[in-house]
Amino acid sequence: MITLEKRPEPSRVWSWATPPLAVLLTMIAGGVMFAVLGKDPVEAIRTIFWDPILGEFAFYYRGQLLVKAGPLILIAIGLSMGFRANIWNIGAEGQYIIGAICGAAVGLAFYPFDSFIVFPLMVLAGALGGFLWAMIPGILRVKFNTNEILVSLLLVYVAEFILASMALGALKNPDGAGFPGSRNFRSYPSGHNAELMAGTGIHWGVVAALIAVIFAYVLFARHQMGYQIKLAGQAPRAARFGGVNPSRLILFCLGMSGALAGLAGLFEVSGPAGQVSIDFNVGYGFTAIIVAFLGRLHPVGILLAGLLLALTYIGGEAAQSSLGLPAAAIQAFQGMLLFFLLAVDVLTNFRFRFGKREVA
Amino acid sequence: MSAVLELAGLTKAYPGVVANDDVSLTIQPGEVHALLGENGAGKSTLVKMIYGLVKPDAGQMRFLGQPFAPAEPRAARAAGVAMVFQHFSLFEALDVAENIALGMEDPPKMRDLAARITEVSNAYGLPLDPSRLVGDLSAGERQRVEIIRCLLQNPKLLIMDEPTSVLTPQEVSILFQTLEKLRSEGTSILYISHKLEEIRTLCDAATILRLGKNVGTCDPRVETARAMAEMMVGSALHVPERKPHETTQVALELRGLSMAAPSAFGTSLKDISLSVHRGEILGIGGVAGNGQDELTGALSGEMPAAVGQLWFEGQDIGALGPNERRALGVLAAPEERLGHAAAPDMSLTENAVLTATTRKSLARRGFVNWRAAEGYTKEVIAQFDVRTPGPQTAARALSGGNLQKYVIGREIMQEPEVLVVNQPTWGVDAAAAAAIRQAILDLAAGGAAIIVISQDLDELMEISDRFAALNEGRLTPPVPAAGLSVEQIGLMMGGAHDLETAHG
Repeated sequence: MITLEKRPEPSRVWSWATPPLAVLLTMIAGGVMFAVLGKDPVEAIRTIFWDPILGEFAFYYRGQLLVKAGPLILIAIGLSMGFRANIWNIGAEGQYIIGAICGAAVGLAFYPFDSFIVFPLMVLAGALGGFLWAMIPGILRVKFNTNEILVSLLLVYVAEFILASMALGALKNPDGAGFPGSRNFRSYPSGHNAELMAGTGIHWGVVAALIAVIFAYVLFARHQMGYQIKLAGQAPRAARFGGVNPSRLILFCLGMSGALAGLAGLFEVSGPAGQVSIDFNVGYGFTAIIVAFLGRLHPVGILLAGLLLALTYIGGEAAQSSLGLPAAAIQAFQGMLLFFLLAVDVLTNFRFRFGKREVA
Repeated sequence: MSAVLELAGLTKAYPGVVANDDVSLTIQPGEVHALLGENGAGKSTLVKMIYGLVKPDAGQMRFLGQPFAPAEPRAARAAGVAMVFQHFSLFEALDVAENIALGMEDPPKMRDLAARITEVSNAYGLPLDPSRLVGDLSAGERQRVEIIRCLLQNPKLLIMDEPTSVLTPQEVSILFQTLEKLRSEGTSILYISHKLEEIRTLCDAATILRLGKNVGTCDPRVETARAMAEMMVGSALHVPERKPHETTQVALELRGLSMAAPSAFGTSLKDISLSVHRGEILGIGGVAGNGQDELTGALSGEMPAAVGQLWFEGQDIGALGPNERRALGVLAAPEERLGHAAAPDMSLTENAVLTATTRKSLARRGFVNWRAAEGYTKEVIAQFDVRTPGPQTAARALSGGNLQKYVIGREIMQEPEVLVVNQPTWGVDAAAAAAIRQAILDLAAGGAAIIVISQDLDELMEISDRFAALNEGRLTPPVPAAGLSVEQIGLMMGGAHDLETAHG
């Protein structure tokens, strides 16, 4: 008989070992899925995980890796603060879109004014936009005790409609011959989030993601706010006893994750995407949830998880084009990652016991 | 006539600890058998094996002469074993009959069940209205629900785990009359407690467990309480001593404190007035659920008080949060150790930061000084003899007594001006309880004003200068504790607490 037994203390070994184990299990289950779809599983896994870094065309993919990982990490760092405190911002995608719109709008308002000040103003506006969008679920939760999961999630759809309206209306390129979408920031250097080193994919968003990782690390390891976040998540009554103000904490966590998501949106729209278009957002805000958990809500873990997820994105695209795998299979593959992580997470707090002596 | 229950050589080991080691005991028909022992002595494990919740590693059980190895509680109940747990498993939003029906294999129609409940409850002197919501019942009445749920099964053996910890003295005597009646009908009772005087009045035999072993069986009507206590602890008992001290000026004052209940089944505080002097210990008794948690929360700062109702040395502190009150020296230790006084998954060092940051300067400009926090934790561990591998151990890995010593020590070593403690020795073994009481007495002798909220009347009588009781959110005027009789205390606690008895 196998029984699950609660550990007296969470296992440190397993809290580090579960993510790699989840990746391994995902490869196995994903391989089975690919085989069922009639593809060579080894080939598929290699295309996803190996080729983008060390394959023949890796020079092309490597730059893409940081372009994709940057926003994922930036958003996931913000989400991890709330998730640690049991504050569930599921609507980072919406904050990402609104941040992008606000930042881009500021940039476009200055067009064609040429100054170094334009881009920093866009960055501020992007962060502010995401922050304010996240304040909606935040204030509703604090004032009326609404569920922030639902409110933030539903606001994603509102944000998508605002995005469509902007791309087709207020922010549409006046010189665009009627095509939807704003002016392209590539043709406006003062507002362009350009690649900082050619071929690396590093742009200001990647730099911001690294700064966020360090900032979050210090916050969690040393600062009282990080301590309060952890405390509120683990033991809400103890947090209240310890003097934590729950409303302030909710607003801080939602505001922070909103601002970082907004930043990610701005860096994306002014850089890799280039313009506000109906569908410039590609679901980073949702994928970042997986990144946050895969990284165990730990800043360094999120950094690694962001790179891994970016890899599956790029590898997945490669697999779609070279092997003809359906896009849904790649999404299912990414979903498995989170599924297996949550499943093997049990081992951190529990252990298996095999066999049991019966009553004599 | 053969024995109702015979246990022979029962052994149960958990990783790192042998909870029961070769325990044997025999219960005769119509016998009230006490199971005595400190916390962690293995009482719970033993009864869980009898009730089918835990499987023994070795040993045999015989019930009414038949081999007995219940795989689950249902099997144990079918055989005729019933159990009243210390913590009730009742749904507050359902009524009495619905709650009882939920625990039955094959519940009869609601109307028939209600009639049965009324019949059984009157027969055993525990009147209970089947249509009342459990959320509206007092702790004593909730216990009646559990007892009647058991009696409806006509058990041969009734197991009761610390049944009197939630009762007033008057309620205890009603319960004892019920148990006497059951005994006279031939039902055997296994009675778990560490209250020795109770056991001496009620029980026919006692088995004493220490560190999982049966260290002796005795006749509690003959043995002295002290002798049994020493068998339980395994050494001579240290009785807390109080140094003479004088009470001087008022430190904390409540002027008509009123507060709405924080939740649907919480208790609202109604017009509570009291003052505590420096050097004084005010004991507050009362049955659980009469506002103890709410009063602690109001004093700790978790729930703000209205203007003018809460004063510390002439300053209105009602609007201040927990940390602002800590800065002034008003500290508290809530009842629930895991999840309220301490975060279960955090280390002891992290838990020091929970309350000691302000007074022990464990943070500078918002940054936590973890080295200082660990240093303070080590001091608490050393001073209060907390048995733990080290300050990095998670709070939930400590035993109840050790964690309580840590929690109390963490507050006391901050040198409070006012300390409010709720249930300082609940679920703590005798030696640790004595150490905690001594620390509280020493703190008062040093000039702090202390409020001890407890359901353990013996404890309150031992350490309090004045005594008051909480009853449905109201506080009786405090009176000097010396010379109070059990009857007077019971009346202060609300008498039988609205319960009528049918014993006549």
